[in-house]
Amino acid sequence: MQNGFDVQAVRQDFPILDVQVHGKPLVYLDSAATSQKPQAVIDSLVDYYTRYNANVHRGIYTLSEQATAAYEDARAKVARFINAPSPECIIFVRNTTEAINLVRFAWGFDNVGANDEILISEMEHHSNLVPWQLLAQDRGAELRYLRVNNEGRLMLDGLDVLITERTRLIAVSHVSNVLGTINPVKGIVKRGHKFGSLVLVDAAQSVPHMPVDVQEMDCDFLAFSGHKMMGPTGVGVLYAKPHLLEAMRPFMGGGSMIRKVMLSESTWADAPQKFEAGTPNIADVIALGAAVDYLNELGMDDVREHELSLTQYALDALREVTGLRMFGPWEPQTRGGVVSFVLDGVHPHDIAQILDSEAIAIRAGHHCCQPLMRRYNVAATARASFYAYNTEEEVDALIDGIHKAQRVFGHAVERSL
Amino acid sequence: MQLNDLYKDIILDHYESPHNRGRPPHADIEAEGSNPLCGDDVEVYVVLDGERLKEVRFDGAGCAISLAAASMMSEVLEGKTKDEVKEIGDLFKAMMHGEDVALPEEMEDLEALKGVAHFPLRVKCALLAWTTLEHGLANQDAGRRVSIEVD
Repeated sequence: MQNGFDVQAVRQDFPILDVQVHGKPLVYLDSAATSQKPQAVIDSLVDYYTRYNANVHRGIYTLSEQATAAYEDARAKVARFINAPSPECIIFVRNTTEAINLVRFAWGFDNVGANDEILISEMEHHSNLVPWQLLAQDRGAELRYLRVNNEGRLMLDGLDVLITERTRLIAVSHVSNVLGTINPVKGIVKRGHKFGSLVLVDAAQSVPHMPVDVQEMDCDFLAFSGHKMMGPTGVGVLYAKPHLLEAMRPFMGGGSMIRKVMLSESTWADAPQKFEAGTPNIADVIALGAAVDYLNELGMDDVREHELSLTQYALDALREVTGLRMFGPWEPQTRGGVVSFVLDGVHPHDIAQILDSEAIAIRAGHHCCQPLMRRYNVAATARASFYAYNTEEEVDALIDGIHKAQRVFGHAVERSL
Repeated sequence: MQLNDLYKDIILDHYESPHNRGRPPHADIEAEGSNPLCGDDVEVYVVLDGERLKEVRFDGAGCAISLAAASMMSEVLEGKTKDEVKEIGDLFKAMMHGEDVALPEEMEDLEALKGVAHFPLRVKCALLAWTTLEHGLANQDAGRRVSIEVD
């Protein structure tokens, strides 16, 4: 316990942490994939469906007004959480992927043309890579890559040649979902703006884990997912600067996003409604608001502090494991709570399988980062990721599990040393 | 389901000391299979003698289950005719999908993979080399290396 952060008290708020797997207590170390949910978020879903389920922005009756108020209240909460200048800059979508694709369609097609350039990094998740590959192909633009060094950091020197007056967009992750690296996005935004480029930040792995201030960062777009920040699946967020949203064309056409519909043409509602066609994911948006409340109660500085100390503890322990290769920076201050590794003689799938027999949940695979895997010449890695509810005892269990995997694969491990 | 049902000694032996691994100087059939979901890759090479598979070799990167399955496959299929390969492949697939099948005696090594059927996420690992070979045999007329993505 530190700074008044009581991890045991936090754990009490997460019913799933009492679950047993193979008769053993669950050790959940895959929050980078999706986080667990506190009771307050689960209650919020039940409360909506039990007490005030109604469509939003439509009905002139009490329930609809209640639902609309709660839905818009969640938008205001999310805006405050990332210090957006107003709730109108917050668009609710399904997930980070949809947020990025919204920018691709609603902004990209009008602003990226032949011979223009889009700059992304080699460490991007496929969700912040494939949409730009498609846009570049559609528009005849060039997709450029900022490379990653052996330590897992962006080679920022490359920016001098990679950013040009043809750069229309720089799309970069705030925190890598494989390496854990925290990228200096503020500096990248500054350099991009100097050349007139916009900057999109994939904040899927940062907003849940540390304070994020979009005005301080000065990014033009920021995307993240609710389900990685203790909220439900099915709701994600796109933040964009107000003047951009105003200029952008609609994403999907349909109900709710119009002002006036005539037979030959229509006019659009203002943002955010312009980008939220159809009945939105009301229950999950409201529950995301509850997740934001919960995170605010914990305090994002304390969440970050807790994960920092846990990551330091994990790195110290992993360093002692013979035959283990860790990816990403060794200094916990410059990384999030995501630790990827490979073991000599044991494939990541087999590590994950053996850890599962101890009720430890980690991820094994390419983590939707195939270019990054090739960069490090591996087909897959094992990845453990931490959140506010994880403990040092769980890191100990992970290390014991790794040793067990090495025992099961004894001969293969010995031969590879 | 116990871990021992998955990682039987015989599987670990094949993983640690694979049989028939490496590309032969000449192959009549070359097929590569990949599982884009997990990044595993396997290449299967066949030297034909008429209708018979004179030699089956493999290479690649993958987990213990996929590499052990490839090693076992290369052993049991050596010298078999294409029709026999199809029969054995069908039996193996049925076994991986949890069916109770009787394998020919000389193929009892394959029995060791029976436990994989209890780990649904790993069944595709055990089938990767088999599916790749099947694809290679089906497309051999093309006369060049064929690729398949399995998931």
